[in-house]
Amino acid sequence: MSEEWTVACDFASVSPNDVVRFDTPDATFAVVKLEDGRCSVIDGLCTHGKAHLAEGFVDGKTIECPKHNGRFNVLTGEPVASPVRVATNVYETRVNGDKIEFRKR
Amino acid sequence: MRDYTVGGPEAKVAEANGLVDADWYKPKVDRELMKQFMARSNGLAALHVASWFAALAIFGYLAHLSWGTWWAVPAFAVYGVLYGSMSDSRWHETGHRTAFRTKWMNDVVYYIASFMVFREPETWRWSHARHHSDTIIVGRDAEIAFKRNVPFYKFVLELFSFGAFPAELKQWIQNAFGKITNNQKDFQPPETFRISKWASRVYLSILIATVVFSWRIGSFEPMMFIGLPSIYGHWFVVTLGVTQHAGLAENTTDHRLNTRTIYMGPLNRWIYWNMNYHVEHHIYPSVPFHQLKNLHEEVKDQLAPPYKSTLSALREVVYALRRQAKDENFYIQRQLPTSAN
Repeated sequence: MSEEWTVACDFASVSPNDVVRFDTPDATFAVVKLEDGRCSVIDGLCTHGKAHLAEGFVDGKTIECPKHNGRFNVLTGEPVASPVRVATNVYETRVNGDKIEFRKR
Repeated sequence: MRDYTVGGPEAKVAEANGLVDADWYKPKVDRELMKQFMARSNGLAALHVASWFAALAIFGYLAHLSWGTWWAVPAFAVYGVLYGSMSDSRWHETGHRTAFRTKWMNDVVYYIASFMVFREPETWRWSHARHHSDTIIVGRDAEIAFKRNVPFYKFVLELFSFGAFPAELKQWIQNAFGKITNNQKDFQPPETFRISKWASRVYLSILIATVVFSWRIGSFEPMMFIGLPSIYGHWFVVTLGVTQHAGLAENTTDHRLNTRTIYMGPLNRWIYWNMNYHVEHHIYPSVPFHQLKNLHEEVKDQLAPPYKSTLSALREVVYALRRQAKDENFYIQRQLPTSAN
């Protein structure tokens, strides 16, 4: 992941309490928008099993993996429900105009 | 003869064939609709759990009143099913943490239901995660209950946990004394072994206290309320649960081929918390019990035809298990719709 800002998607393209997938040639990400409009970009694949978090369920500050129901805090990356044990990467995220952008912390 | 040992030689074959933590078939569902399906409700789950506890209390009271008469037989028969069978679906749904919206509410019911259905909660949480990663993948899935090359009478004995109860009790005792089995080590992270040890100790303490109390008062009535219903009341969930995967394909990455969806009446669906929509549950485990019927309506055209009744599914299961006792290569092949992607 670059230290330069990368455009993930349009801000309006993600509903509140939802998540969309964003892919680069060598990585995949989950772009999460909370109910209050805050956005967070995290690694796309769950740290436990082979599942993409962009198909998961966003509830409050957590996202649930669609395969085993493990949960992460989307702002810190910390696991909050098993079977997830390992934290996921959270990227520095900003809303720039009408775009959601992110970069490595 | 097929070796179902978890982590055994078949696990290596599965890995070589790309069946471990593989990509599974998923039907198309609109994202906005899926978000609605995945929404949780504390109120609805609380209502269902309260209705279960109320039924337990009513039939438990009737059983106590009728103790010493023949009326105790039907009263305990119902109480046993509510305790030893209905706990299975509550265990399952709260184990996924999809029943309640609030995590701790799921966990409280999960620990109670685990005791009632006689499963050590932490080990089964991890074995069930593996079951969802590698459903009916031989050597990987620790929850293949109905194996091939097994005489049919052994499945009949499982109606009353003849094999499962002693095996689980043995594991509780081993865990309570600090020993973790090879099976557990295959799918459970070491940092969770401590939870298994303490859960086993607590659960065994409750059972021992019940036995001691029964002995002190000179009646086995307390054991009929706590402990024994896990055995004598378990038959109903085995009857429903056998229809989930038994007799279908092994080592496939398509839940439509190794899992059944069956239409059931409202009473069975209350007891079973809609787990009759089992294909849908496996493909989308984030969808709570109360939305599975709606999910089924949305995706049914992309799945194999559902079974019209429990009886029709059971007929097929009995036929398949009897055949598989002699022919391990036999299985029921489900017909998929040509329109499915």
